[in-house]
Amino acid sequence: MTMTQRPLRILIIDANAVRAAILEEGLREAGTEQGGDYGDLAVHHIRDDAKLLPRIAEIDPDVILIDLENPSRDTLEQMFQVSRLARRPIAMFVDKSDSATVQAAIDAGVSAYIVDGLRKERVKSILDVTISRFHAFDRLQTELSQAKFALEERKVVDQAKAILMKQRNLSEEDAYVLLRRTAMNQNRKIADLARSLVAAAALLEPGSRDG
Amino acid sequence: MVERVSAAFVPLVDCAVLVAARELGFAKAEGIELELVKEPSWASLRDHLNLGYVDCAHALGPLPIASTLGVGQVHAEQIVPFVLSRGGTAITVSTRLADEMRAAVPGRALDTPAEAGGALAAALRARNAPATLGMVFPFSSHNFDLRYWLASCGVHPDRDVRLVAIPPPLMVESLRAGHVDGFCVGEPWNSVAAAAGLGEIVATKSQLFPHSVEKVLSVRAPLEGRLDQLGPLLRALAAAAEWCDEPVNRPELAARLSRTEYLGTPAEIVEAALGGLLLGVARSRAGADFLRFHGGAANVPQPEDALWIYAQMVRWGQLARSATARATVLRVFRSDLLERCVGSSAAQPARPLVAFDGIAFDGRDVDGYLARFDIQTRFVAPGSDA
Repeated sequence: MTMTQRPLRILIIDANAVRAAILEEGLREAGTEQGGDYGDLAVHHIRDDAKLLPRIAEIDPDVILIDLENPSRDTLEQMFQVSRLARRPIAMFVDKSDSATVQAAIDAGVSAYIVDGLRKERVKSILDVTISRFHAFDRLQTELSQAKFALEERKVVDQAKAILMKQRNLSEEDAYVLLRRTAMNQNRKIADLARSLVAAAALLEPGSRDG
Repeated sequence: MVERVSAAFVPLVDCAVLVAARELGFAKAEGIELELVKEPSWASLRDHLNLGYVDCAHALGPLPIASTLGVGQVHAEQIVPFVLSRGGTAITVSTRLADEMRAAVPGRALDTPAEAGGALAAALRARNAPATLGMVFPFSSHNFDLRYWLASCGVHPDRDVRLVAIPPPLMVESLRAGHVDGFCVGEPWNSVAAAAGLGEIVATKSQLFPHSVEKVLSVRAPLEGRLDQLGPLLRALAAAAEWCDEPVNRPELAARLSRTEYLGTPAEIVEAALGGLLLGVARSRAGADFLRFHGGAANVPQPEDALWIYAQMVRWGQLARSATARATVLRVFRSDLLERCVGSSAAQPARPLVAFDGIAFDGRDVDGYLARFDIQTRFVAPGSDA
């Protein structure tokens, strides 16, 4: 079969715009840097919504990348089942010849639907990029939530310091020393102690309704 | 020694037997630590099962059959040793469509599936745009029940309406957002839609096909070397199923199921669903047999159950009829394992499967059965009409 050369069309279905952007960038970078197996990619991204099928038909992708846990997969698979498409995409799990990639994909939470006749190496290279970018996104999420947590802790410690400074007439530094010493004596974390102190102060506020 | 067994499930009332086995000590009594893994979709559940991330799964009856036949997305051989539920699903239409149905046949009752179906057919003829109806997966009794009901009332499910698959937990939201005009789904989602005033329940599976198979326990084939593990599991499930079927246990079962890690739905709605006391117009119709977990040899996967699924797959063009496929389907549903492991019940004869329109299913003559239907969809091999 002779095929007219066209770029390999990859469709990312993801409601998470940040993850989709990270993946899209990864695929584009791989496409321009390495040429050859990666070269000539057209990457599309859609959020999953009610207009899924017309959008997919319009894009006519060779590869669909979608989060393994995305509930839209049931909708997608039923569409593939009833639409008598000549190029019906099939879940990558059908071909078990490369079970290491499949395992890595499942671990990363990636699922892919691939039309028949694509070269295996080409599919593998796309999947590898996808898997690594999904992991990168997870790391980013973890870092973000850690940063958010640290910020929140600093805020509550500042609030506790302000309470001590006002009620015990202490300098900022002394308030912090008192907090740290009390936490050490009680074998608690400073932030935990600060949280209790802020909560107790709120209860003792003159304006508190239940006080 | 405690054996760890993991089972994937989709949040639905009919995962009750697995939840009861874990929560009420039936698994522990057999030396099993049963771990339950909640899944967002049937595709995800299937993949986790096929790739060995879980040992077994709460599966739609047709799902292991389709997987074993390699129809649809995957080819992975499965075995069904146990039926987890019979009945328990229903068809709900939006309040707007329900009003259109009443307007289309003024003064007539909509109490039986035939009456409701006739009204739906009339309402659809009066519409400008085709209705969109939700079901849960291509390989589900929901798809087949809905199609059978529509076709029996003169509506071609592939021409006169648009069917879309939506995972059960998203069904009510899809109705609210207007993406679908109705759906066929397992409980509690019909009751949730009715309780929210978004839809009316117009037919139940227990009316359409009394005592028909719904969810099954699916395990990967082959079973060699794993029968030692399967025996205690089946004994635990049989005991849990018997407990779930007792009406006196419903409040406790509902309370357990309603928890966030399972359904996350109010216990009153779950309890009503368990008892077949569906909210909305079908309140009084579903009857005592709305959902069965154990009674009437419900747990035995019967050859007729499997052949009925085969027949529906052929009728709707999912599968070409063949002696090989028929034989494969019979190998998936194993009526012998429960008897071997638990020791009773299987000897009872299966009940005949008779649809609401009076047509009886005969597994010995699937061709004769299928010849009775004018409305069918021809099987087309993928890509052959390109």
